[in-house]
Amino acid sequence: MSVLAYTENWDGKFKKLSYELVSYAKAIAENLNTETVVASIGAVEEEELKKLGNYGADKVVAAKDEKLKNLANQPYAKTLAQIAEKENATVLVFAHNFTGKAVAPRVSVKLKAGLAAGVTEPPSSYDPFIIKRKVFTNKAFANVKINSDKKILTLFQNSFEIKETENKASIEEFTPELTDADFRTEVKEVNKVTGKILLTDAEIVVSGGRGMKGPEKWENLEKLAEVLGAATACSRPVSDEGWRPHEEHVGQTGKIVAPNLYIALGISGAIQHLGGVSSSKTIVAINTDKDAPIFESADYGIVGDVHKVLPQLIEAIKEVKAEG
Amino acid sequence: MKILLCISNVPDTTTKIRFKDDNKEFDASGVQWIINPWDELALTRALELKEGSGGKIEKISVALVGDKSTEPTIRKALAIGADDAFRIDSEPKDSYYVANQLKELAKDFDIVMCGIESADYTSSAVGGMLSEMLEWPSVSSVSSLEIEGDEVKIRREIDGGQEVVSAELPFVAIVQKGIALEPRIPAMRGIMMARKKPLNVVEPIQADVLTAYESFELPPPKADVKLVDEENVKELVELLKNEAKAI
Repeated sequence: MSVLAYTENWDGKFKKLSYELVSYAKAIAENLNTETVVASIGAVEEEELKKLGNYGADKVVAAKDEKLKNLANQPYAKTLAQIAEKENATVLVFAHNFTGKAVAPRVSVKLKAGLAAGVTEPPSSYDPFIIKRKVFTNKAFANVKINSDKKILTLFQNSFEIKETENKASIEEFTPELTDADFRTEVKEVNKVTGKILLTDAEIVVSGGRGMKGPEKWENLEKLAEVLGAATACSRPVSDEGWRPHEEHVGQTGKIVAPNLYIALGISGAIQHLGGVSSSKTIVAINTDKDAPIFESADYGIVGDVHKVLPQLIEAIKEVKAEG
Repeated sequence: MKILLCISNVPDTTTKIRFKDDNKEFDASGVQWIINPWDELALTRALELKEGSGGKIEKISVALVGDKSTEPTIRKALAIGADDAFRIDSEPKDSYYVANQLKELAKDFDIVMCGIESADYTSSAVGGMLSEMLEWPSVSSVSSLEIEGDEVKIRREIDGGQEVVSAELPFVAIVQKGIALEPRIPAMRGIMMARKKPLNVVEPIQADVLTAYESFELPPPKADVKLVDEENVKELVELLKNEAKAI
Protein backbone atom coordinates (compact mmCIF):
# COMPACT_ATOMS: atom_id res chain seq x y z
CA MET A 1 0.00 0.00 0.00
CA SER A 2 1.14 3.58 -0.55
CA VAL A 3 0.12 7.18 -1.04
CA LEU A 4 1.28 8.42 -4.44
CA ALA A 5 1.83 12.08 -5.29
CA TYR A 6 2.52 13.26 -8.82
CA THR A 7 4.52 16.42 -9.33
CA GLU A 8 5.41 17.93 -12.66
CA ASN A 9 8.76 19.68 -13.11
CA TRP A 10 9.59 22.98 -14.72
CA ASP A 11 12.63 22.56 -16.97
CA GLY A 12 13.88 19.79 -14.72
CA LYS A 13 13.25 21.63 -11.45
CA PHE A 14 10.63 21.26 -8.76
CA LYS A 15 9.11 24.18 -6.94
CA LYS A 16 7.17 25.08 -3.83
CA LEU A 17 4.02 23.52 -5.22
CA SER A 18 5.83 20.17 -5.56
CA TYR A 19 6.99 20.25 -1.96
CA GLU A 20 3.52 21.22 -0.78
CA LEU A 21 2.10 18.17 -2.58
CA VAL A 22 4.70 15.84 -1.11
CA SER A 23 4.15 17.22 2.43
CA TYR A 24 0.42 16.72 1.98
CA ALA A 25 0.81 13.15 0.69
CA LYS A 26 3.12 12.42 3.62
CA ALA A 27 0.50 13.64 6.13
CA ILE A 28 -2.03 11.22 4.63
CA ALA A 29 0.49 8.37 4.47
CA GLU A 30 1.30 8.83 8.16
CA ASN A 31 -2.35 8.48 9.01
CA LEU A 32 -2.65 5.35 6.91
CA ASN A 33 0.62 4.08 8.30
CA THR A 34 2.08 3.59 4.86
CA GLU A 35 4.75 4.81 2.41
CA THR A 36 4.86 8.10 0.52
CA VAL A 37 5.81 7.59 -3.12
CA VAL A 38 6.29 10.43 -5.60
CA ALA A 39 5.97 9.98 -9.35
CA SER A 40 7.95 12.20 -11.70
CA ILE A 41 7.71 12.31 -15.50
CA GLY A 42 10.38 13.79 -17.75
CA ALA A 43 14.08 14.59 -17.46
CA VAL A 44 14.93 15.47 -13.85
CA GLU A 45 18.44 15.03 -12.40
CA GLU A 46 18.91 12.63 -9.52
CA GLU A 47 19.95 15.46 -7.16
CA GLU A 48 16.66 17.23 -7.79
CA LEU A 49 14.64 14.02 -7.36
CA LYS A 50 16.36 13.41 -4.02
CA LYS A 51 15.16 16.78 -2.74
CA LEU A 52 11.64 15.34 -2.60
CA GLY A 53 12.86 13.17 0.28
CA ASN A 54 13.35 16.32 2.36
CA TYR A 55 9.59 16.77 2.36
CA GLY A 56 8.61 13.21 3.16
CA ALA A 57 9.02 11.07 0.04
CA ASP A 58 10.20 7.54 0.85
CA LYS A 59 10.57 6.66 -2.79
CA VAL A 60 10.62 8.55 -6.07
CA VAL A 61 9.58 6.74 -9.23
CA ALA A 62 10.90 8.57 -12.28
CA ALA A 63 9.66 7.94 -15.81
CA LYS A 64 12.20 9.50 -18.14
CA ASP A 65 10.89 8.45 -21.57
CA GLU A 66 11.96 11.07 -24.15
CA LYS A 67 8.49 10.93 -25.72
CA LEU A 68 7.04 12.22 -22.46
CA LYS A 69 8.95 15.49 -22.65
CA ASN A 70 5.80 17.60 -23.08
CA LEU A 71 2.53 17.12 -21.25
CA ALA A 72 0.20 14.87 -23.22
CA ASN A 73 -2.88 13.89 -21.25
CA GLN A 74 -3.32 10.34 -22.50
CA PRO A 75 0.20 8.86 -22.14
CA TYR A 76 0.80 10.76 -18.90
CA ALA A 77 -2.36 9.28 -17.40
CA LYS A 78 -1.37 5.82 -18.59
CA THR A 79 2.13 6.15 -17.10
CA LEU A 80 0.77 7.35 -13.76
CA ALA A 81 -1.85 4.61 -13.60
CA GLN A 82 0.91 2.04 -14.22
CA ILE A 83 3.03 3.53 -11.43
CA ALA A 84 0.00 3.59 -9.12
CA GLU A 85 -0.65 -0.08 -9.78
CA LYS A 86 2.96 -1.07 -9.32
CA GLU A 87 3.14 0.83 -6.01
CA ASN A 88 -0.28 -0.40 -4.93
CA ALA A 89 -1.34 3.20 -4.27
CA THR A 90 -4.66 3.65 -2.52
CA VAL A 91 -4.63 7.44 -2.42
CA LEU A 92 -3.27 9.54 -5.31
CA VAL A 93 -2.53 13.24 -4.94
CA PHE A 94 -2.27 15.76 -7.80
CA ALA A 95 -2.05 19.56 -7.88
CA HIS A 96 -5.30 21.35 -8.72
CA ASN A 97 -3.57 23.16 -11.59
CA PHE A 98 -3.71 22.80 -15.38
CA THR A 99 -1.61 19.64 -15.30
CA GLY A 100 -3.53 18.02 -12.45
CA LYS A 101 -6.87 18.86 -14.05
CA ALA A 102 -5.63 17.42 -17.36
CA VAL A 103 -4.41 14.11 -15.99
CA ALA A 104 -6.21 13.24 -12.72
CA PRO A 105 -9.68 12.63 -14.28
CA ARG A 106 -8.16 10.24 -16.82
CA VAL A 107 -6.30 8.33 -14.10
CA SER A 108 -9.53 8.25 -12.11
CA VAL A 109 -11.22 6.28 -14.92
CA LYS A 110 -8.24 3.97 -15.39
CA LEU A 111 -8.18 3.01 -11.71
CA LYS A 112 -11.91 3.47 -11.10
CA ALA A 113 -10.92 5.78 -8.28
CA GLY A 114 -13.36 8.41 -7.04
CA LEU A 115 -12.06 11.96 -7.51
CA ALA A 116 -12.28 14.84 -5.04
CA ALA A 117 -11.02 17.98 -6.79
CA GLY A 118 -9.73 21.12 -5.12
CA VAL A 119 -9.24 19.70 -1.62
CA THR A 120 -7.81 22.04 1.00
CA GLU A 121 -6.87 19.76 3.90
CA PRO A 122 -6.28 16.07 4.71
CA PRO A 123 -9.38 13.86 5.04
CA SER A 124 -11.51 14.48 8.12
CA SER A 125 -12.20 10.74 8.26
CA TYR A 126 -10.51 7.76 6.59
CA ASP A 127 -13.19 5.12 7.02
CA PRO A 128 -15.47 6.27 5.54
CA PHE A 129 -13.18 8.51 3.50
CA ILE A 130 -14.50 12.07 3.84
CA ILE A 131 -12.68 15.16 2.65
CA LYS A 132 -13.36 18.88 2.33
CA ARG A 133 -13.19 20.43 -1.12
CA LYS A 134 -14.03 23.73 -2.76
CA VAL A 135 -17.30 24.02 -4.69
CA PHE A 136 -19.31 26.75 -6.41
CA THR A 137 -16.14 28.34 -7.81
CA ASN A 138 -14.57 28.98 -4.45
CA LYS A 139 -17.70 30.35 -2.80
CA ALA A 140 -18.34 27.31 -0.58
CA PHE A 141 -16.95 24.00 0.65
CA ALA A 142 -18.37 20.50 0.45
CA ASN A 143 -17.55 17.47 2.55
CA VAL A 144 -17.45 14.69 0.01
CA LYS A 145 -17.36 10.97 0.65
CA ILE A 146 -15.37 8.78 -1.73
CA ASN A 147 -16.82 5.28 -1.92
CA SER A 148 -14.31 3.55 -4.18
CA ASP A 149 -11.31 1.58 -2.83
CA LYS A 150 -8.86 3.93 -4.52
CA LYS A 151 -9.10 7.68 -4.15
CA ILE A 152 -7.77 10.61 -6.16
CA LEU A 153 -7.36 14.10 -4.71
CA THR A 154 -6.31 17.33 -6.38
CA LEU A 155 -4.85 19.75 -3.84
CA PHE A 156 -5.74 23.44 -4.04
CA GLN A 157 -2.61 25.58 -4.14
CA ASN A 158 -1.23 27.20 -0.96
CA SER A 159 -3.55 25.26 1.28
CA PHE A 160 -1.11 22.96 3.06
CA GLU A 161 1.99 23.94 4.95
CA ILE A 162 5.28 22.55 3.67
CA LYS A 163 7.03 20.37 6.26
CA GLU A 164 10.69 19.43 6.07
CA THR A 165 11.57 15.92 7.21
CA GLU A 166 14.68 13.84 7.71
CA ASN A 167 13.58 11.34 5.06
CA LYS A 168 15.95 9.94 2.47
CA ALA A 169 14.16 9.02 -0.73
CA SER A 170 15.22 6.06 -2.83
CA ILE A 171 15.16 6.73 -6.55
CA GLU A 172 13.78 4.22 -9.01
CA GLU A 173 13.60 4.52 -12.78
CA PHE A 174 10.42 3.42 -14.47
CA THR A 175 9.76 2.55 -18.09
CA PRO A 176 6.07 2.89 -18.89
CA GLU A 177 4.42 0.59 -21.40
CA LEU A 178 3.18 2.92 -24.10
CA THR A 179 2.25 2.50 -27.76
CA ASP A 180 2.03 4.92 -30.70
CA ALA A 181 -1.73 5.00 -30.22
CA ASP A 182 -1.15 6.85 -26.94
CA PHE A 183 0.46 9.77 -28.77
CA ARG A 184 -2.26 11.28 -30.91
CA THR A 185 -1.57 14.89 -29.98
CA GLU A 186 1.65 16.67 -30.78
CA VAL A 187 3.14 19.76 -29.19
CA LYS A 188 4.29 22.04 -32.02
CA GLU A 189 5.42 25.04 -30.05
CA VAL A 190 6.08 25.88 -26.41
CA ASN A 191 6.06 29.46 -25.18
CA LYS A 192 7.23 29.65 -21.60
CA VAL A 193 6.77 32.78 -19.59
CA THR A 194 10.24 33.98 -18.64
CA GLY A 195 11.48 36.70 -16.34
CA LYS A 196 8.06 37.13 -14.78
CA ILE A 197 6.53 35.76 -11.62
CA LEU A 198 3.73 33.39 -12.49
CA LEU A 199 0.32 34.33 -11.20
CA THR A 200 -0.34 30.89 -9.80
CA ASP A 201 3.06 30.73 -8.02
CA ALA A 202 3.07 34.22 -6.59
CA GLU A 203 3.13 34.93 -2.85
CA ILE A 204 1.90 38.44 -3.61
CA VAL A 205 -0.47 39.49 -6.39
CA VAL A 206 -1.09 43.09 -7.45
CA SER A 207 -4.29 43.39 -9.43
CA GLY A 208 -5.94 46.24 -11.32
CA GLY A 209 -9.56 46.91 -12.20
CA ARG A 210 -11.51 49.42 -14.22
CA GLY A 211 -10.69 52.05 -11.62
CA MET A 212 -7.17 52.12 -13.09
CA LYS A 213 -8.84 54.15 -15.87
CA GLY A 214 -6.96 52.83 -18.89
CA PRO A 215 -4.30 50.44 -20.21
CA GLU A 216 -1.71 53.22 -20.35
CA LYS A 217 -1.99 53.72 -16.58
CA TRP A 218 -0.46 50.43 -15.52
CA GLU A 219 3.09 51.69 -14.98
CA ASN A 220 2.80 52.28 -11.23
CA LEU A 221 0.97 49.01 -10.71
CA GLU A 222 3.84 47.20 -12.39
CA LYS A 223 6.33 49.17 -10.34
CA LEU A 224 4.55 48.14 -7.15
CA ALA A 225 4.62 44.51 -8.29
CA GLU A 226 8.33 44.80 -8.96
CA VAL A 227 9.08 46.29 -5.54
CA LEU A 228 7.08 43.54 -3.84
CA GLY A 229 8.26 40.69 -6.08
CA ALA A 230 4.63 40.18 -7.01
CA ALA A 231 2.75 38.89 -10.04
CA THR A 232 0.33 41.20 -11.85
CA ALA A 233 -3.33 40.40 -12.40
CA CYS A 234 -6.55 42.10 -13.42
CA SER A 235 -10.33 41.93 -13.16
CA ARG A 236 -12.58 40.60 -15.88
CA PRO A 237 -13.68 43.95 -17.41
CA VAL A 238 -10.02 44.87 -17.80
CA SER A 239 -9.21 41.68 -19.74
CA ASP A 240 -12.47 41.89 -21.71
CA GLU A 241 -11.58 45.44 -22.78
CA GLY A 242 -8.20 44.16 -23.91
CA TRP A 243 -6.31 46.40 -21.48
CA ARG A 244 -4.46 43.34 -20.20
CA PRO A 245 -4.02 39.76 -21.55
CA HIS A 246 -6.68 37.26 -20.48
CA GLU A 247 -4.04 35.13 -18.73
CA GLU A 248 -4.02 37.86 -16.08
CA HIS A 249 -7.75 37.67 -15.40
CA VAL A 250 -8.49 36.45 -11.89
CA GLY A 251 -12.02 35.61 -10.85
CA GLN A 252 -14.64 32.96 -11.27
CA THR A 253 -14.18 32.44 -15.01
CA GLY A 254 -10.48 33.30 -15.02
CA LYS A 255 -7.81 32.10 -12.61
CA ILE A 256 -8.42 31.33 -8.99
CA VAL A 257 -5.54 32.52 -6.85
CA ALA A 258 -4.64 32.11 -3.19
CA PRO A 259 -1.55 34.22 -2.46
CA ASN A 260 -0.42 35.46 0.95
CA LEU A 261 -1.26 39.00 -0.09
CA TYR A 262 -3.70 40.21 -2.74
CA ILE A 263 -3.74 43.93 -3.50
CA ALA A 264 -6.85 45.08 -5.41
CA LEU A 265 -6.42 48.44 -7.10
CA GLY A 266 -9.52 50.09 -8.49
CA ILE A 267 -11.46 46.84 -8.34
CA SER A 268 -15.05 47.15 -7.09
CA GLY A 269 -15.28 43.47 -6.18
CA ALA A 270 -18.10 41.84 -8.12
CA ILE A 271 -19.10 38.52 -6.58
CA GLN A 272 -17.44 36.69 -9.50
CA HIS A 273 -14.15 38.46 -8.79
CA LEU A 274 -14.30 37.72 -5.07
CA GLY A 275 -14.84 34.04 -5.84
CA GLY A 276 -11.43 33.99 -7.49
CA VAL A 277 -9.48 35.75 -4.75
CA SER A 278 -11.23 35.08 -1.45
CA SER A 279 -8.76 32.33 -0.48
CA SER A 280 -5.95 34.89 -0.28
CA LYS A 281 -4.58 35.18 3.26
CA THR A 282 -4.62 38.99 3.34
CA ILE A 283 -6.57 41.25 1.00
CA VAL A 284 -5.87 44.97 0.58
CA ALA A 285 -8.29 47.16 -1.37
CA ILE A 286 -7.76 50.66 -2.68
CA ASN A 287 -10.83 52.20 -4.27
CA THR A 288 -12.50 55.62 -4.48
CA ASP A 289 -15.93 54.19 -3.66
CA LYS A 290 -16.24 53.53 0.07
CA ASP A 291 -19.31 51.35 -0.58
CA ALA A 292 -17.55 49.08 -3.10
CA PRO A 293 -18.17 45.40 -2.16
CA ILE A 294 -14.42 44.72 -2.23
CA PHE A 295 -14.17 46.40 1.21
CA GLU A 296 -16.41 43.68 2.68
CA SER A 297 -13.86 41.05 1.72
CA ALA A 298 -10.74 43.09 2.38
CA ASP A 299 -8.65 43.02 5.56
CA TYR A 300 -7.16 46.45 4.97
CA GLY A 301 -8.29 49.28 2.78
CA ILE A 302 -7.81 52.83 1.67
CA VAL A 303 -10.70 54.87 0.31
CA GLY A 304 -8.97 57.00 -2.29
CA ASP A 305 -7.72 57.36 -5.83
CA VAL A 306 -5.31 54.57 -6.76
CA HIS A 307 -3.18 56.90 -8.83
CA LYS A 308 -2.64 59.18 -5.84
CA VAL A 309 -2.05 56.34 -3.40
CA LEU A 310 0.22 54.18 -5.59
CA PRO A 311 3.34 56.41 -5.69
CA GLN A 312 3.19 56.81 -1.89
CA LEU A 313 2.66 53.09 -1.42
CA ILE A 314 5.67 52.26 -3.59
CA GLU A 315 7.88 54.66 -1.62
CA ALA A 316 6.65 53.40 1.75
CA ILE A 317 7.31 49.79 0.77
CA LYS A 318 10.77 50.68 -0.51
CA GLU A 319 11.52 52.27 2.89
CA VAL A 320 10.29 49.24 4.83
CA LYS A 321 12.29 46.93 2.56
CA ALA A 322 15.40 49.06 3.03
CA GLU A 323 15.05 48.80 6.83
CA GLY A 324 14.97 45.02 6.37
CA MET B 1 -17.62 16.47 -39.33
CA LYS B 2 -19.78 16.67 -36.21
CA ILE B 3 -19.14 18.49 -32.94
CA LEU B 4 -20.75 17.65 -29.60
CA LEU B 5 -20.93 20.23 -26.83
CA CYS B 6 -21.35 18.86 -23.31
CA ILE B 7 -23.12 21.52 -21.31
CA SER B 8 -24.17 21.97 -17.69
CA ASN B 9 -27.07 23.83 -16.18
CA VAL B 10 -25.60 25.97 -13.36
CA PRO B 11 -26.68 28.82 -11.07
CA ASP B 12 -26.08 32.28 -12.50
CA THR B 13 -22.57 33.48 -11.58
CA THR B 14 -23.97 36.27 -9.38
CA THR B 15 -25.86 33.77 -7.18
CA LYS B 16 -25.33 34.07 -3.47
CA ILE B 17 -24.70 30.47 -2.49
CA ARG B 18 -26.93 29.09 0.30
CA PHE B 19 -27.62 25.63 1.65
CA LYS B 20 -30.67 24.07 3.29
CA ASP B 21 -31.70 20.98 5.29
CA ASP B 22 -28.95 21.35 7.85
CA ASN B 23 -26.39 22.19 5.12
CA LYS B 24 -27.05 18.91 3.34
CA GLU B 25 -28.34 20.40 0.13
CA PHE B 26 -27.91 23.41 -2.16
CA ASP B 27 -30.75 25.89 -1.76
CA ALA B 28 -32.00 26.45 -5.29
CA SER B 29 -34.85 28.78 -4.34
CA GLY B 30 -34.77 31.98 -6.34
CA VAL B 31 -31.76 30.82 -8.37
CA GLN B 32 -31.50 31.78 -12.05
CA TRP B 33 -30.12 28.92 -14.13
CA ILE B 34 -27.76 29.45 -17.03
CA ILE B 35 -25.54 27.56 -19.44
CA ASN B 36 -22.22 27.03 -17.67
CA PRO B 37 -20.11 30.04 -18.82
CA TRP B 38 -17.22 28.00 -20.27
CA ASP B 39 -19.67 25.73 -22.12
CA GLU B 40 -21.37 28.77 -23.60
CA LEU B 41 -18.03 30.07 -24.89
CA ALA B 42 -17.26 26.62 -26.32
CA LEU B 43 -20.63 26.57 -28.10
CA THR B 44 -19.94 30.00 -29.53
CA ARG B 45 -16.58 28.82 -30.88
CA ALA B 46 -18.12 25.64 -32.33
CA LEU B 47 -20.68 27.74 -34.22
CA GLU B 48 -17.97 30.06 -35.55
CA LEU B 49 -16.05 27.00 -36.79
CA LYS B 50 -19.15 25.57 -38.45
CA GLU B 51 -19.94 28.86 -40.19
CA GLY B 52 -16.41 29.14 -41.51
CA SER B 53 -16.12 25.50 -42.59
CA GLY B 54 -17.94 25.75 -45.94
CA GLY B 55 -20.24 22.90 -45.03
CA LYS B 56 -17.49 20.62 -43.76
CA ILE B 57 -18.86 20.77 -40.23
CA GLU B 58 -22.37 19.52 -40.78
CA LYS B 59 -23.78 19.50 -37.27
CA ILE B 60 -23.37 20.96 -33.78
CA SER B 61 -25.19 19.05 -31.06
CA VAL B 62 -25.46 19.72 -27.35
CA ALA B 63 -25.80 17.15 -24.58
CA LEU B 64 -26.77 17.64 -20.95
CA VAL B 65 -27.32 15.22 -18.08
CA GLY B 66 -30.24 16.54 -16.06
CA ASP B 67 -33.94 16.36 -15.31
CA LYS B 68 -36.74 18.15 -17.17
CA SER B 69 -36.12 21.40 -15.27
CA THR B 70 -32.91 21.89 -17.30
CA GLU B 71 -34.77 22.18 -20.61
CA PRO B 72 -34.86 26.01 -20.72
CA THR B 73 -31.04 25.96 -20.63
CA ILE B 74 -30.98 23.41 -23.47
CA ARG B 75 -33.45 25.50 -25.48
CA LYS B 76 -31.18 28.48 -24.99
CA ALA B 77 -28.26 26.53 -26.48
CA LEU B 78 -30.50 25.68 -29.44
CA ALA B 79 -31.50 29.33 -29.74
CA ILE B 80 -27.84 30.36 -29.80
CA GLY B 81 -27.43 28.06 -32.79
CA ALA B 82 -26.91 24.37 -31.95
CA ASP B 83 -28.71 22.10 -34.43
CA ASP B 84 -30.10 19.54 -32.02
CA ALA B 85 -29.89 18.47 -28.40
CA PHE B 86 -29.83 15.41 -26.18
CA ARG B 87 -30.99 15.41 -22.58
CA ILE B 88 -30.01 12.34 -20.62
CA ASP B 89 -32.81 12.11 -18.15
CA SER B 90 -31.04 11.74 -14.82
CA GLU B 91 -29.62 13.70 -11.92
CA PRO B 92 -25.92 14.43 -12.61
CA LYS B 93 -24.85 12.27 -9.64
CA ASP B 94 -21.09 12.71 -9.89
CA SER B 95 -18.47 13.36 -12.59
CA TYR B 96 -17.83 9.64 -13.16
CA TYR B 97 -21.53 8.95 -13.58
CA VAL B 98 -22.05 11.94 -15.91
CA ALA B 99 -19.07 11.01 -18.12
CA ASN B 100 -20.47 7.47 -18.43
CA GLN B 101 -23.84 8.87 -19.53
CA LEU B 102 -22.20 11.02 -22.21
CA LYS B 103 -19.93 8.28 -23.51
CA GLU B 104 -22.38 6.41 -25.80
CA LEU B 105 -23.59 9.61 -27.38
CA ALA B 106 -20.10 11.06 -27.86
CA LYS B 107 -18.89 8.08 -29.93
CA ASP B 108 -20.69 9.39 -33.02
CA PHE B 109 -18.84 12.72 -33.04
CA ASP B 110 -15.45 13.90 -34.27
CA ILE B 111 -14.84 16.61 -31.71
CA VAL B 112 -16.32 16.75 -28.23
CA MET B 113 -16.02 20.04 -26.39
CA CYS B 114 -16.43 20.47 -22.64
CA GLY B 115 -15.93 23.51 -20.41
CA ILE B 116 -12.92 23.31 -18.08
CA GLU B 117 -15.21 23.24 -15.07
CA SER B 118 -18.84 23.69 -14.14
CA ALA B 119 -19.67 26.65 -11.96
CA ASP B 120 -21.51 24.47 -9.42
CA TYR B 121 -19.49 21.43 -8.36
CA THR B 122 -16.29 22.63 -10.09
CA SER B 123 -14.46 19.29 -10.31
CA SER B 124 -12.90 19.95 -13.74
CA ALA B 125 -13.36 16.25 -14.34
CA VAL B 126 -16.08 15.30 -16.83
CA GLY B 127 -14.11 16.16 -19.99
CA GLY B 128 -11.03 14.22 -18.90
CA MET B 129 -13.04 11.23 -17.67
CA LEU B 130 -15.08 11.13 -20.87
CA SER B 131 -11.96 11.13 -23.06
CA GLU B 132 -10.48 8.25 -21.07
CA MET B 133 -13.70 6.23 -21.30
CA LEU B 134 -13.70 6.78 -25.08
CA GLU B 135 -9.94 6.10 -25.23
CA TRP B 136 -9.58 9.34 -27.16
CA PRO B 137 -6.87 11.94 -26.74
CA SER B 138 -7.81 15.05 -24.82
CA VAL B 139 -6.36 18.52 -24.86
CA SER B 140 -7.17 20.61 -21.82
CA SER B 141 -7.14 24.33 -20.90
CA VAL B 142 -7.71 25.14 -24.57
CA SER B 143 -7.82 28.87 -25.28
CA SER B 144 -8.06 28.76 -29.09
CA LEU B 145 -9.05 26.12 -31.61
CA GLU B 146 -8.74 26.26 -35.41
CA ILE B 147 -9.42 23.60 -38.01
CA GLU B 148 -7.02 23.60 -40.96
CA GLY B 149 -7.84 20.83 -43.41
CA ASP B 150 -7.83 17.63 -41.39
CA GLU B 151 -5.66 19.02 -38.67
CA VAL B 152 -6.86 20.72 -35.55
CA LYS B 153 -4.60 23.44 -34.24
CA ILE B 154 -4.99 24.29 -30.60
CA ARG B 155 -3.49 26.82 -28.28
CA ARG B 156 -3.54 25.76 -24.67
CA GLU B 157 -2.39 27.24 -21.40
CA ILE B 158 0.07 25.24 -19.31
CA ASP B 159 1.45 25.99 -15.86
CA GLY B 160 4.03 28.56 -16.83
CA GLY B 161 3.20 29.35 -20.43
CA GLN B 162 1.35 28.34 -23.55
CA GLU B 163 1.63 25.57 -26.09
CA VAL B 164 0.49 25.07 -29.65
CA VAL B 165 -0.76 21.51 -30.02
CA SER B 166 -2.09 19.59 -32.99
CA ALA B 167 -4.58 16.79 -32.46
CA GLU B 168 -5.91 13.92 -34.54
CA LEU B 169 -9.63 13.36 -34.75
CA PRO B 170 -11.56 12.25 -32.83
CA PHE B 171 -10.61 14.03 -29.64
CA VAL B 172 -11.95 15.90 -26.63
CA ALA B 173 -11.23 19.62 -26.22
CA ILE B 174 -11.56 20.91 -22.66
CA VAL B 175 -11.87 24.64 -23.07
CA GLN B 176 -11.34 27.71 -20.94
CA LYS B 177 -11.49 31.46 -21.27
CA GLY B 178 -10.23 32.87 -24.55
CA ILE B 179 -11.82 30.17 -26.75
CA ALA B 180 -14.33 32.79 -27.89
CA LEU B 181 -14.37 36.46 -27.05
CA GLU B 182 -18.00 36.87 -25.97
CA PRO B 183 -20.74 34.29 -25.66
CA ARG B 184 -23.29 34.62 -28.43
CA ILE B 185 -26.68 35.99 -27.43
CA PRO B 186 -29.72 34.32 -29.00
CA ALA B 187 -31.56 36.47 -31.54
CA MET B 188 -35.36 36.47 -31.82
CA ARG B 189 -35.19 34.32 -34.94
CA GLY B 190 -32.98 31.83 -33.10
CA ILE B 191 -35.43 31.68 -30.21
CA MET B 192 -38.32 30.98 -32.61
CA MET B 193 -36.34 28.31 -34.48
CA ALA B 194 -35.18 26.65 -31.26
CA ARG B 195 -38.74 25.58 -30.52
CA LYS B 196 -38.74 23.40 -33.60
CA LYS B 197 -35.27 21.90 -33.22
CA PRO B 198 -35.07 18.32 -31.92
CA LEU B 199 -34.54 17.91 -28.18
CA ASN B 200 -34.10 14.18 -27.73
CA VAL B 201 -34.66 12.72 -24.29
CA VAL B 202 -32.43 9.72 -23.64
CA GLU B 203 -32.83 7.18 -20.84
CA PRO B 204 -29.77 6.99 -18.55
CA ILE B 205 -27.59 3.89 -18.55
CA GLN B 206 -26.63 1.98 -15.43
CA ALA B 207 -23.37 3.49 -14.15
CA ASP B 208 -21.46 3.64 -10.89
CA VAL B 209 -21.37 6.67 -8.64
CA LEU B 210 -18.04 6.94 -6.82
CA THR B 211 -18.57 10.00 -4.64
CA ALA B 212 -21.37 11.53 -2.56
CA TYR B 213 -21.83 14.89 -0.85
CA GLU B 214 -22.19 14.58 2.91
CA SER B 215 -22.63 18.28 3.72
CA PHE B 216 -21.71 21.81 2.68
CA GLU B 217 -20.15 24.80 4.44
CA LEU B 218 -19.79 28.47 3.72
CA PRO B 219 -16.47 30.17 4.44
CA PRO B 220 -16.33 31.79 7.89
CA PRO B 221 -17.44 35.45 7.90
CA LYS B 222 -14.66 37.96 7.45
CA ALA B 223 -13.77 40.53 10.14
CA ASP B 224 -14.42 44.18 9.27
CA VAL B 225 -11.93 45.91 7.02
CA LYS B 226 -9.37 48.17 8.72
CA LEU B 227 -9.41 51.45 6.86
CA VAL B 228 -6.34 53.64 6.65
CA ASP B 229 -6.48 57.29 5.64
CA GLU B 230 -5.29 58.01 2.11
CA GLU B 231 -2.88 60.59 3.51
CA ASN B 232 -1.29 57.96 5.71
CA VAL B 233 -0.20 55.18 3.36
CA LYS B 234 2.78 54.42 5.54
CA GLU B 235 0.48 53.12 8.25
CA LEU B 236 -0.93 50.56 5.80
CA VAL B 237 2.55 49.31 5.00
CA GLU B 238 3.35 48.97 8.70
CA LEU B 239 0.16 47.00 9.31
CA LEU B 240 1.03 44.71 6.42
CA LYS B 241 4.50 44.20 7.80
CA ASN B 242 3.88 43.90 11.54
CA GLU B 243 0.29 42.73 11.88
CA ALA B 244 -0.49 40.71 8.74
CA LYS B 245 3.16 39.70 8.24
CA ALA B 246 2.39 39.76 4.54
CA ILE B 247 5.42 41.71 3.29
